Amino acid sequence: MTETLTGAQITVRLLERQGIRTVAGIPGGAILPIYDALGQSTEIHHVLARHEQGAGFMAQGMARATGMPAVCLASSGPGATNLLTAIADAKLDSIPLVAITGQVPKAMIGTDAFQEVDTYGLSIPITKHNFLVSSAEELLEVLPRAFQIAASGRPGPVLIDIPKDVQTQAIEISQWPEPGRALPAPTANPEQIEQVAAMINAAERPILYLGGGVVHSGASTAAIELAEKASLPTVMTLMALGTMPVDHPLSLGMLGMHAARYTNFLLDECDLLIAVGARFDDRATGKVAAFCPQAKIIHIDIDPAELDKIKTAHIGIAADISEALGQLLPAVLENVRKIWVDRSNQLKAEFPLDMTGADNPRSHFGLIQSVAACLDDEAIIATDVGQHQMWVAQAYPLRRPRQWLTSGGLGTMGFGVPAAIGAALAERERTVVCFTGDGSIMMNIQELVTAAEENVNIKIVLMDNATLGLVHQQQTLFYGERLFASQFRSSPDFIKIAQGFGIAAVDLDSSTNPCATLMEAISRPGPCLIHASIDAEQKVYPMVPPGAANRDMIGA
Amino acid sequence: MNAITKNEQNAITRAVLEIDVNNHAGVMSHVVGLFSRRSYNVEGILCLPVGDGRQSRIWLLVNEDQRLAQMMKQAGKLEDVIAIRRHNADHAVFQDLETFFRP
Repeated sequence: MTETLTGAQITVRLLERQGIRTVAGIPGGAILPIYDALGQSTEIHHVLARHEQGAGFMAQGMARATGMPAVCLASSGPGATNLLTAIADAKLDSIPLVAITGQVPKAMIGTDAFQEVDTYGLSIPITKHNFLVSSAEELLEVLPRAFQIAASGRPGPVLIDIPKDVQTQAIEISQWPEPGRALPAPTANPEQIEQVAAMINAAERPILYLGGGVVHSGASTAAIELAEKASLPTVMTLMALGTMPVDHPLSLGMLGMHAARYTNFLLDECDLLIAVGARFDDRATGKVAAFCPQAKIIHIDIDPAELDKIKTAHIGIAADISEALGQLLPAVLENVRKIWVDRSNQLKAEFPLDMTGADNPRSHFGLIQSVAACLDDEAIIATDVGQHQMWVAQAYPLRRPRQWLTSGGLGTMGFGVPAAIGAALAERERTVVCFTGDGSIMMNIQELVTAAEENVNIKIVLMDNATLGLVHQQQTLFYGERLFASQFRSSPDFIKIAQGFGIAAVDLDSSTNPCATLMEAISRPGPCLIHASIDAEQKVYPMVPPGAANRDMIGA
Repeated sequence: MNAITKNEQNAITRAVLEIDVNNHAGVMSHVVGLFSRRSYNVEGILCLPVGDGRQSRIWLLVNEDQRLAQMMKQAGKLEDVIAIRRHNADHAVFQDLETFFRP
């Protein structure tokens, strides 16, 4: 059957066929035809963000929670530029995102038309790929391909810029393309896998180093099996937290700048580092030349460009991690590795993470642990960026992949609230907690009203120290205590703000029993802001000073 | 500087990349932008359509340093890059162009 449809209707139909059921965005002149078509869709729920960056992070929240590409929409010009930060964030954390922007009509491109900006050019460096669509027919190819690119290999964001006249152009459609799906990933070379197995079997002091790729590949079970079979003490990057339960006996937690001392000390002693879906980020390695100085390196990653980028690997394998670990597992010998595991446990006991005050729910660690005590592993934990993020990374008992949503590579303040909303929209049955700071929450606070409108089940735990905590910390430690522009001289009344936006709010400061107040706030369905003042003098410790070797940690 | 000395110098410090790409507006920005945003200098660029025009070939004259292998891998990841080959700096493609570049 042949239908006559506009480019806008085709776009919406292709999204429906793709299985998209929720999108976030903000309309504007150049994308109004698509919004007109979207309004007719009975399958897609549109979430009206209050800033395009919020829409971008909501889509990220959906994608991070589910692993499937998610969609955000914006108009041309400022709509598109407002999206850019969320797209760049998705690029650095390899999150599958499809961003659709309206553009001025083709004939007006290049005339400095109203709300015209070179969205295509602006998005090149921060997308995996991008398209400027020149006809309605082209949409039939571009949309499925955008989803395919976003989901294939190392995932990432794809932007589709659609001029208004392409949206209104009507064409006849007789056949629809197949939805775009991830292409089969490259498989590991069996000979290399044999070599890897031999190296692991021969190693005396191996460490398994898991990165975000383990989450993307759905390989956490395989990674844990490998660690258990060969008795591999295991470190995780910020992005990989949750892939091995933090209380697993082989878990060494997060490595790098804010790792526990024992973690970085043990890495210093290892003779074999097995990097899986990790990219040797500077926050993980510290001074690269001093990172695992005695170790041979095995590097498995789906992106061949990551191999030998920072550290030259003795064996580099470009393959899907699940597949590679599946091959590797039977070839690795069972080994209790008593001396090395004992050494690991000894360092753990000798140099633990200092969580002094964790029994006090008004302290930063105590608050985090009190929140954890109210929840089970089904909850999703999102964060913003700053001290609170690192404390949660250190102290929250993360136990499953996709439990943990955080802005790692770009480190974007303002990520938390909209990402938590997105996660709650995608996984309605879960409680989503967003740990945030008073600096971060102000960067996308407008989305509180979106949370109210959608009645999402998010609990925003605001750790308020009236400072930009990590800046305050660095100025204190490395800039002669010259605190400048890091202390807020004026702070809003966050309780009134939350209530003004239409969501419930509780203040732990005025509560006589903060644990009970927390429990009540978290178990009540719907959005809620939980405010807690914390001490501005607290630091994220230990800390590897920027540029220093990981063994040279300061504090605690 | 005479041609021989220049060639000798090129052989040490330069490389020529031959990149087959899908021919559409924007592909040059993708390829050249990749180099510039990684502060990798491109000394010369040539680009023309190939065959029926669905593909183009981009020739780049670049300084050779230890990052070149990484640059080639990154370029290889671009969706519109079909193939990328590396040649020595004495490759003929840039040799006969000097007459067009006299001050």
